[in-house]
Amino acid sequence: MENGKRKAVVLLSGGLDSMLAARLMLDQGIHVEGINFFTGFCVEGHTHAVREDRQKRNLRNSALHSAEQLGIRLHIVDVIDEYKDVVLNPRHGYGAHLNPCLDCKGFMVGKARAWMEQNGFDFIVTGEVLGQRPMSQRRDTFPVIARESGATDRLLRPLCARLLPETLPEREGWVDRERLLGLSGRNRKPQIALAATYGFEYAQPAGGCCFLTDENYAHKLKDLWQSRGERRYDFDDIMLLKIGRHLRPRPHFKLIVGREAGENRFLEGYRNRFVHMWALDHNGPLVLLQGSADDADLDLAASITARFGQGRGALTVRVAVGQPGGLLGERDVKPLPAHALAAEWYL
Amino acid sequence: MMPHLDARYLLCPMPVIRVSACVAGLSTGDVLTVRCTDRGALNDVPAWCRLEGHEVLQAEADSSGDVVLTILVHK
Repeated sequence: MENGKRKAVVLLSGGLDSMLAARLMLDQGIHVEGINFFTGFCVEGHTHAVREDRQKRNLRNSALHSAEQLGIRLHIVDVIDEYKDVVLNPRHGYGAHLNPCLDCKGFMVGKARAWMEQNGFDFIVTGEVLGQRPMSQRRDTFPVIARESGATDRLLRPLCARLLPETLPEREGWVDRERLLGLSGRNRKPQIALAATYGFEYAQPAGGCCFLTDENYAHKLKDLWQSRGERRYDFDDIMLLKIGRHLRPRPHFKLIVGREAGENRFLEGYRNRFVHMWALDHNGPLVLLQGSADDADLDLAASITARFGQGRGALTVRVAVGQPGGLLGERDVKPLPAHALAAEWYL
Repeated sequence: MMPHLDARYLLCPMPVIRVSACVAGLSTGDVLTVRCTDRGALNDVPAWCRLEGHEVLQAEADSSGDVVLTILVHK
């Protein structure tokens, strides 16, 4: 307790529901702080942040923006390494793509429980709504999250608490159950109406909040694992899957082609990790090569690099090839004709 | 010596996470300079500073396109 107040840590995603859950707790005089976990797969406008042609949009972290509106502290925690086990070995399996939603929720509530214990907080709050998500927000999976996270009855879901068994904060009178909500289902009108009452601005990501639910992204991640012969990834791998065109012209190498100046600039940061190429006598993309490539492969990669630049109509284009540590050489290549770019190369 | 943090090529929210970790080791009155390539940092780092009570002395994109922030630490 702080100044006689009970303390709750809320899993603040940056979406509307967790923001409302936090607000309901503040309305009951609870001391609230937010926690937000960065897994590496979070959709935080990364494509827009990198691409120059999309930077007119207001780039900001949604969770921070939520915390500012609520007037609460926010702890953003890097869980990239620990999260790998959730992605690679989900006990409860995947959803439609590579999204391990139930394991993910259990993991995050478990991390929040540990944080709660370390920081002397009393309970955990989430913005979950019964029946809103097919995997993690169901009557039969709610208890799984509470149990496997170790949060047990210190996990309160204020938006649907009236439909659920009483939790410790309710039994102890820290919060008034009568002032909690009984929302259920996928209809979001009640939340939108509440947000208007509070005057909240909030993010509504069209494709959800996690790249693992994205079919295209999941396909590229599976391709990465297949090409390596094992299921593993590092942070740079999963960031690069969000940037550029990805083509696999041969099983043993892949190209990441910057689509515009902002992406090229971002890819510059990887020059010291990968073989890379760019046209010398025309504007065009920076291209990273992941995998192994012999001389013929480098020629093919260079001709693809030329294809995506402004020299695509030229007879030959001079392409520089760099490697970590310096220049590997220059090649004069014929830009690959459009018909030779096989559709199946695109990931 | 004025501490510097290189957060280039990191995307949101990593610049904020790095700034937070760096500031944890500093004291009131210290001035931290941060360099980022993610333009979202122009909004996010100041937002985090407002929540934590630190003062942003400078937040702008320089001629190279990098975002440069200067933070006065208050604890």
